[in-house]
Amino acid sequence: MSNPLICVRGLTKKFGDLTAVDGVNFEVAEGESFGLLGPNGAGKSTIMCILAATSTRTSGTVEILDKDPEKFGPLVRAHLGVVPQQDNLDGELTVSENLFIYGRYFGLSKKFINNKIEELLEFAQLQEKRDVKVEALSGGMKRRLTIARGLVSEPDILLLDEPTTGLDPQARHILWDRLFRLKEQGVTLVLTTHFMDEAEQLCDRLVVMDKGAIMAQGSPAGLIKEYSSKEVLEVRFGSERNADVALVLRNICERMEVLPDRILMYADDGEKLLEEITVLKLHPTTSLVRRSSLEDVFLRLTGRTLIE
Amino acid sequence: MNTGIDVVRIARFGALYIAAARFRSMFKWRTVIAAVDIGNPLFYLIAIGIGIGVLVENNSGTSGTSGIKYIAFIAPALLASSAITGVMDECVFPVIEGFKWRKLFYAQNATPITGKQIAIGVYLAALSRAVFSVVIYYLLLLTFNVVDFGISILIVPIAIMAGGSFGAVMLYFAAKVEKEDYFFNIIGRLIVMPMFLFSGTFFPLSSMPIYLQPIGWISPLWHATELGREAAFEYGLSPLVITTHLLFLTAVTVVGLILSIGQFERRLAK
Repeated sequence: MSNPLICVRGLTKKFGDLTAVDGVNFEVAEGESFGLLGPNGAGKSTIMCILAATSTRTSGTVEILDKDPEKFGPLVRAHLGVVPQQDNLDGELTVSENLFIYGRYFGLSKKFINNKIEELLEFAQLQEKRDVKVEALSGGMKRRLTIARGLVSEPDILLLDEPTTGLDPQARHILWDRLFRLKEQGVTLVLTTHFMDEAEQLCDRLVVMDKGAIMAQGSPAGLIKEYSSKEVLEVRFGSERNADVALVLRNICERMEVLPDRILMYADDGEKLLEEITVLKLHPTTSLVRRSSLEDVFLRLTGRTLIE
Repeated sequence: MNTGIDVVRIARFGALYIAAARFRSMFKWRTVIAAVDIGNPLFYLIAIGIGIGVLVENNSGTSGTSGIKYIAFIAPALLASSAITGVMDECVFPVIEGFKWRKLFYAQNATPITGKQIAIGVYLAALSRAVFSVVIYYLLLLTFNVVDFGISILIVPIAIMAGGSFGAVMLYFAAKVEKEDYFFNIIGRLIVMPMFLFSGTFFPLSSMPIYLQPIGWISPLWHATELGREAAFEYGLSPLVITTHLLFLTAVTVVGLILSIGQFERRLAK
């Protein structure tokens, strides 16, 4: 196997007394789509800034393309595409101007950039908006433009910090489709997210983070298999009854999570479990059997939900 | 791997790439820039130079203004103040925008471009605005016969130096801004306005009480005004005084830029 593109060992970042990242280890291989999943404040964005070679670390080692980003900032950044959490486009300039000036920051020739712009406008589905001021674009369009901008230098690694946060479901699906295409083209993606469905759709492999530390890592399916059951039965008895009923339910289910609004029961066969509840004459107001997700993995690892 | 990326070249020319991007934005504001940089001091020149000039000359002739017409006396000061206003605009708004409003600097810094190059690029673009306004303004002064063509052309680089030194300091303060309202109130009302009034702009600084004169001494505008008057007409500064003025403007520029570059790098790395 060739060297990993990113190699992180014992990475720690402190802001005064606060430890934002606490001894994190991971590697990202070429062509891989790698995710950092965790709630807000888990340290994902801090790690992204360090990977982007713009922020310093307190201790540990980081190698990107075999180089320390702290020592070789410009050289490492020359091979990265960065899509920050907040779009930082130049609103006064047009769509194509934004792509052009960004390409110039990589010292690329005008001819190269102008050819690239055509390709990127098509990729971002913004051909009709090429001469429109960025200010006038919708949130989803701005996001796609920011991603296109990150690709102008044909980077080896694309870093995406919360790529779909704040977008409506339709815009999110368009974006997922675009990112999936990049993945198919073999672009190495590193992304942070607090949406489990996003992580499941886009990541080959991911780490689950909480409070600056990695709780688990693996493929989405592997993590679910390891930390959760095949199916989940969600039952509601009304917020006042949930806790009382849970005491009885413990007798028929090994693992449960009692949330304020519902009870999650982990089982290989959800329907069968529901029948048992019916036999006990407990009559939930609503019930739902679904397959396990990364949300359940996170709940299992931390006792908390991802979006609180 | 994109092999078209030449990191050595970017290290050399990165600041110019930033300046080029700034030009693009400034070009979109060209009408406003021309109006502010040329219109504003021109109004002062006409209203005060001609209007107040009549009062001054009717009462004391040119005895208070080194023997020259009042309008010619204030022209070098207005030229320098035009450079200062222009450079200041370009060293303040784009910097607060870059760090705070649109966070453009963070986007630029995600490329091989460094914080130092961003600071210098923004500064160079700002200086070029001063060059543009001051040259046009000088041509207007020639057209209206306020100054004679000749050695007076030196008031152009002097004015640019004034803008440059003031701008270098403003670049630093703008890069530190977290709360902009506070910044604009303090800078605009308590620094720029008094500096404009008490830098010997409309009267010799020596006519002020001694406790107000230090405002002029620390103001790049006063130093540039004195130098400008020497260039525009017989003002009688000694070579030592001229050297001191030049050194002061240079020193402020250098210190301002060093502080700015450090502040840009620190803030981007946060």
